[in-house]
Amino acid sequence: MRELIRDIYGTIFEFVRTFGAFQLFFLRLLRYSPKILIGRPGLVIKQIYNTGALSLVIIMVCGFFVGGVLALQGYASLAKFNAEDAVGTVVALALIKELGPVITALLFAGRAGTALSSEIGLMKATDQLSAMEMMAVNPVRRVLVPRFLGGVVSMPLLAAIFSCTGLFGAHVVAVGLLEVDVGAFWQQMRLTVTMSDINEGIFKSVVFGVVASLLAVWEGYNAIPTAEGVGRATTRTVVITAISVLILDFMITTVFL
Amino acid sequence: MQQTRSVEIGTGLFVMLGMSALFFLATQATGGEGFSSTETYEVEAYFENVGSLKSKAPVSMSGVTIGRVTSVSFDAQSLEAKVTFVIDSQYDQIPDDSDASILTSGLLGSQYIGLQAGGSDIFLEDGSEILFTQSALVLENLIGKFLVNAGSDGDE
Repeated sequence: MRELIRDIYGTIFEFVRTFGAFQLFFLRLLRYSPKILIGRPGLVIKQIYNTGALSLVIIMVCGFFVGGVLALQGYASLAKFNAEDAVGTVVALALIKELGPVITALLFAGRAGTALSSEIGLMKATDQLSAMEMMAVNPVRRVLVPRFLGGVVSMPLLAAIFSCTGLFGAHVVAVGLLEVDVGAFWQQMRLTVTMSDINEGIFKSVVFGVVASLLAVWEGYNAIPTAEGVGRATTRTVVITAISVLILDFMITTVFL
Repeated sequence: MQQTRSVEIGTGLFVMLGMSALFFLATQATGGEGFSSTETYEVEAYFENVGSLKSKAPVSMSGVTIGRVTSVSFDAQSLEAKVTFVIDSQYDQIPDDSDASILTSGLLGSQYIGLQAGGSDIFLEDGSEILFTQSALVLENLIGKFLVNAGSDGDE
């Protein structure tokens, strides 16, 4: 009984400690961010290319089909109320406010987050980070901050591209296959979607971008420097990002509504 | 060197694509009111019942949107709903005895204000009030009237 209590106490203590270390790590990254952004923009641009430009294909293909399936499902449900014209509104609101940021964050964690954490984990396992410290180069500044910033910049842009291709997919399905009127599709959307909906989507994608890149960098930096440790860090990146993005999404939506 | 160039080009294309996606969402998916900075003038009208009219609802004349509702509030003195809306300044020749009614676009559509031109020589300007208004149709009232009519028909 006593041991059980001690175990629970130990687990909670460890959780709080990790959480605190994570916050301090975040502050450390933020402190270096302006200098890197101004002093070494080339490093950040390279990471925007790695995390953003190289994720374009998966984001656009997924966006197209998510938009298409939303249009199909929305049409099927709305047809029961003779409100097929509202399918544009339904798809646009769902994409811009929820699915755009959330699915982009999940795909981002799978495509870019894993690459980041395994890259940093391998750098640690092969002692590259220690070698940098030997040369008086701060690895947090030189390696982690540009990767973090690259992710933060890429995520909102990727989410916007996802929503746009989604709208395009919905247009193809609704107007092309289901023969919804083109004018009704876009006009109903314009009447109901407001700038605040778009701001909500942008706000979410920025938050998710910070969370996803921060977690990827953190997991890689704290990976156990073995082959198994790096693999585990990669898995943890995806799992923890997915959980935190979905929980945060719920919390943000509650505040916004 | 060649490789950094291609990275820079790729990044540039990506960021431009992202920005244009944001711009597309902001201008095409919304009514564009986020960026509209055209000159407008404000008009108010009192309605007995506004139904579910919301701010940002369109104000249209002959089916063309010429303005937007800015606020819907309750006026405690006249015990009526006070609706203020702005009209694009390019439409500055609307007679001041025009009447405003609250209409619904489609069966399940949102409500909007429809203006019907009057015959006066004096035009609406900033701060003027539309006197002739027609309330929104409330479904329950309609059904009530219909039932009363149906009842009186049965007596004959």
